[in-house]
Amino acid sequence: MTTANKTNEPATRQQRPWGPRLVILIPALWLTALFLGPFLIVLKISLSQTVIAQPPYTPVLDLAAGWQGIRDFVAGLSFGNYVLLASDSLYVTSYLRSLLIAATSTLILLLIGYPIAYGIARAPRRAQPILVAAIVLPFLTAFLIRIYAWVNILQREGLLNDVLLAIGLIREPLVWLSTDTAIYIGIVYSYLPFMVLPLYASLEKMNETLLEAATDLGCPWWKAFWLVTVPLSLPGIVAGALLCFIPIAGEFVIPDLLGGSGATMIGQTLWTEFFSNKDWPVASALAVVLLAVLLAPILIYQHLQIRELDKR
Amino acid sequence: MRRGLSAFNVTAVALGLAFLYLPIVILVIYSFNGSRLVTIWGGWSTRWYVALLNDSAMLQAAWTSLRIAFLSATAATVLGTLATVALVRGGRFRGRVAFSGLVYAPLVMPEIITGLALLLLFVAINVDRGFWTVTLAHTTVTMCFVTVVVQSRLLSFDVSLEEAARDLGCPPLKAFMTVTLPLILPAIAAGWILAFVLSLDDLVIASFTTGPGSITLPIRIYSEVRMGVKPEINAISTIMIALVAVGVIAATWLAKRGRKSGLLLRPGGRNR
Repeated sequence: MTTANKTNEPATRQQRPWGPRLVILIPALWLTALFLGPFLIVLKISLSQTVIAQPPYTPVLDLAAGWQGIRDFVAGLSFGNYVLLASDSLYVTSYLRSLLIAATSTLILLLIGYPIAYGIARAPRRAQPILVAAIVLPFLTAFLIRIYAWVNILQREGLLNDVLLAIGLIREPLVWLSTDTAIYIGIVYSYLPFMVLPLYASLEKMNETLLEAATDLGCPWWKAFWLVTVPLSLPGIVAGALLCFIPIAGEFVIPDLLGGSGATMIGQTLWTEFFSNKDWPVASALAVVLLAVLLAPILIYQHLQIRELDKR
Repeated sequence: MRRGLSAFNVTAVALGLAFLYLPIVILVIYSFNGSRLVTIWGGWSTRWYVALLNDSAMLQAAWTSLRIAFLSATAATVLGTLATVALVRGGRFRGRVAFSGLVYAPLVMPEIITGLALLLLFVAINVDRGFWTVTLAHTTVTMCFVTVVVQSRLLSFDVSLEEAARDLGCPPLKAFMTVTLPLILPAIAAGWILAFVLSLDDLVIASFTTGPGSITLPIRIYSEVRMGVKPEINAISTIMIALVAVGVIAATWLAKRGRKSGLLLRPGGRNR
């Protein structure tokens, strides 16, 4: 409606409706086609019977066949894969394990990341950008390689055992690789920047006079920290926690390279279903359930992002 | 935040940085290890770099990855910058919440879900998987990182500069191109580098969306690493780390230069 009206207006006005509109439309169309659309296909495949949907699976929706196509489409839907997920303890354990690992490592990240972010926020103003860059830099060096670096260190004859033996902390080399400890080390190592940066951003904005007021009024530093600093940095805590928790829950590379061959995280389970068992429908159902579990945290994260955007 | 570091603050930051950098340093040192056994130090040597030069499969994979990273980072930068402009300058247009949701979702979405979804799309529309499907996939996933990087710059940018140009009769598009764009260019460059590195680095999404013809470097490295630690992987890792370090130094320099040239025009940013 607006376009039709505006085209009759003078030349300078004419660009206004289309320029901004294209700016929104191009990325919106791209993401709809390559991000949102595919999820609908995942949903559809997850509702397909394994036999039909084994690769190369039958077309998602044969619109050329008209009504018959749509009727076939509806008739082809089945919840069998979801029933399988719920009934096989392998999958349920895998989900629970992923969520547990994600929650625990997010907590560890918070405990490690907070003092680091706090330290950076208290550093001299000139040094802060350098310290922030130093935190981000490892994130830019290939993730796979950084995980692989830990394989070097954690293996039986690796550096960690060498050092521990040399300083006499242990007598026998310990098994680090292929344990949950290794998974936690890998996760904390990879996601630390994601935790530190939002924390730093909220701590850096904090008004120092509030803390001074608290201590001037006789509040001990730890109480002032707990009652003033922590609540004020809550947006950073929430953002950092979500930014870590959500991707960790779906992590594949870290548990695959550092973890053991026993219990698997859901990312590994999905990977195996897809690449080894070639069961695309079950892999899709696994993805849909994982997405459903993570939907609430994802929506909260987006809400925070939009609020940040409107704050200025 | 009050200035002044306590011993605890310094220790926390120092330990944090040591934790982040030590594994990388060790990896680099071991890439020059003369011994075939990864765990035993056999003196300085560049033999693994020589071995790498003769590993044509690895070099081929590296070349594929570099081309994909270049193309997808460029496309992602254009799309990501457009999305940022829409979000920051678009006002409260209809569907803004849905749009921003779409823009930020890939940032946190587990790669394994995105990868699977994209693969099923490519199968559904019956395209041959390979170089181009990975490029499309990486563009989609990395554009939101560009958005986040450019957004922080655009948010602190003083709109009145662009308005001044428009008040003086400059058309909106030209005002944006000649006033705003040059000033946010360092952030756009930083976004490009981030997208490039992320693409070069990605294993999961590339594994899903590639075909038999296009093996990317991470896929190649992954298949080698699964077999155990190999000195050659240390060598190629070191080269990649060096490349990234050069890129980051260049980006920092660019950003600094951008800031200097824009010094007079700098708005009273939010944090100052």
